[in-house]
Amino acid sequence: MTRNLQRLDLIFKDEQDAEVVLAQTLARPDEDIINDLIISGLKGRGGAGFPTGLKWKLTSEAQSDEKFVICNADEGEPGTFKDREILSRVSHKVLCGMAICGRIIGARQGYIYLRGEYKFLVPELQQSIERFHELLKKHELDFKVDIFMGSGAYICGEETALFESMEGKRGEPRNKPPYPTSKGYKNKPSVVNNVETLAHTFSIFKYGPEKFRDLGVKDSRGSKVFSVSGDTPIPGIYELEFGMTLQKFVDDFGDGDAKAVQVGGASGFCVPRKKFEKTIIGYQGKLTGISLPTGGSMMIFNSSRSMYNVLHNYLDFFVEESCGQCTPCRVGTQQLLIGIEAVKRGEKSSAYLDKLLDLAETMRLTAKCGLGQSVANSFSSIVENFREEMIY
Amino acid sequence: MAKIQETIRDLADRYGRSKESLLPILQGVYENYHALTDEAMVEVARELDISAAHVYGTATFYSFLESGKSGKYIIRLCKTITCMMHGKNLILQELEDILKVKPGQTTSDGLFTLKETNCLGQCHKGPAMLINDTPHTDLTPEKVREIINEYRIKEHMPLN
Repeated sequence: MTRNLQRLDLIFKDEQDAEVVLAQTLARPDEDIINDLIISGLKGRGGAGFPTGLKWKLTSEAQSDEKFVICNADEGEPGTFKDREILSRVSHKVLCGMAICGRIIGARQGYIYLRGEYKFLVPELQQSIERFHELLKKHELDFKVDIFMGSGAYICGEETALFESMEGKRGEPRNKPPYPTSKGYKNKPSVVNNVETLAHTFSIFKYGPEKFRDLGVKDSRGSKVFSVSGDTPIPGIYELEFGMTLQKFVDDFGDGDAKAVQVGGASGFCVPRKKFEKTIIGYQGKLTGISLPTGGSMMIFNSSRSMYNVLHNYLDFFVEESCGQCTPCRVGTQQLLIGIEAVKRGEKSSAYLDKLLDLAETMRLTAKCGLGQSVANSFSSIVENFREEMIY
Repeated sequence: MAKIQETIRDLADRYGRSKESLLPILQGVYENYHALTDEAMVEVARELDISAAHVYGTATFYSFLESGKSGKYIIRLCKTITCMMHGKNLILQELEDILKVKPGQTTSDGLFTLKETNCLGQCHKGPAMLINDTPHTDLTPEKVREIINEYRIKEHMPLN
């Protein structure tokens, strides 16, 4: 099979001029930098897709004696490994984004919340931070970055659970509002950005917002780093433009026999072959009628795979990773798992799947945070598209 | 016990005694002892002047902090979707064969604890496992055998 990958090389480009970019950006007024970010159309690359410029603007406007910049490196979504790669190859870009953000919002302290599974990255990352601190001293910017280690909890990638964790508590999400832009870590205004988002800000500082905006499609601007795994001969990390159809994606990355693609990890959507052509990868993609979480996890399943096993694996994951705080998620995840097992064993009729779909929908409406709410994404898209595989 | 008190005091000196230091201190204790005993948690609570219940509540939330004693090397084999698709069960079988333990158990020489874990972020190189902090990827049964033997040789306990 010939492949014609239109890879971009923005994030991983080895740019030697970090110091120049930092100095040039620091010389500009805060408003100009924020405007550039807003014009660029950059949205959060962790999955939720909140406009980055607006987040920085809101936090800069909040009144407080203390503020924080937090880089969310608690990359735990199944099928995602891009942040690990970004931190090990171009951490200076991430740090540069954090420092500029710190200057704009008025924060002197930044943290990288790094998942426990990535502890092996610490020695090099620490060196990179120390080099960066030297650079900041030269530019007389009072800003410091520390690493805060996670300890094996997927939910801590949820920003308010992350705050709780950093405050020495169980990683249980808070009610929103208040949002982190007004009450975050230690109840102080905080910007939480994904690793990739911060790295993109560097490209925007360097090349200007237009170049970034020229990439992608309406409402999904710029490039995105995708983590490609599953049934593909070329698993790995790829920076691609937003707006490609899933068909094009499968043509480029599949093994010729793809029957489904899981977009956005276990909390994302499963798209069956018949919908590849009309599904666009991007924030506003009309994916199964619902906006698409785009953390960048792309898992390909070929026709040898049992979608029941896939769903079972996801539910197993959610049962373990649910923080247990709210009932819809704690009990819901368990009941969905017990439910599909009962249908598979023939103890429940296939009509029971409809009850489980209702339960998933109830979780979407009533769970406290994104974890419980998004279980319905994969559950419903798999059960609806592969119903016969759930039964037989 | 005196030694663990000392460790906790050193960690508190290093990270501070505010409640924000709790997780780093617990991580430090776990790294040193591969266990978070009740005694250790009570001692951390005393050192930070917070309730032992708070320490216990926090510690037991995180899958990488466990109260039970683990071996010198904690093997965490990824069981999430892409590792499962690429033969994680074969790797688990091999590990169980070599180590003569089931997931959750520790070898009789106290060297290895076998665990299954959720996504390690190595999905393009599955199956994958962590041994303490070090990732091992693209695993095959043969490769697993070699890796475990390397650790045993390092500990002067080779398999053969």
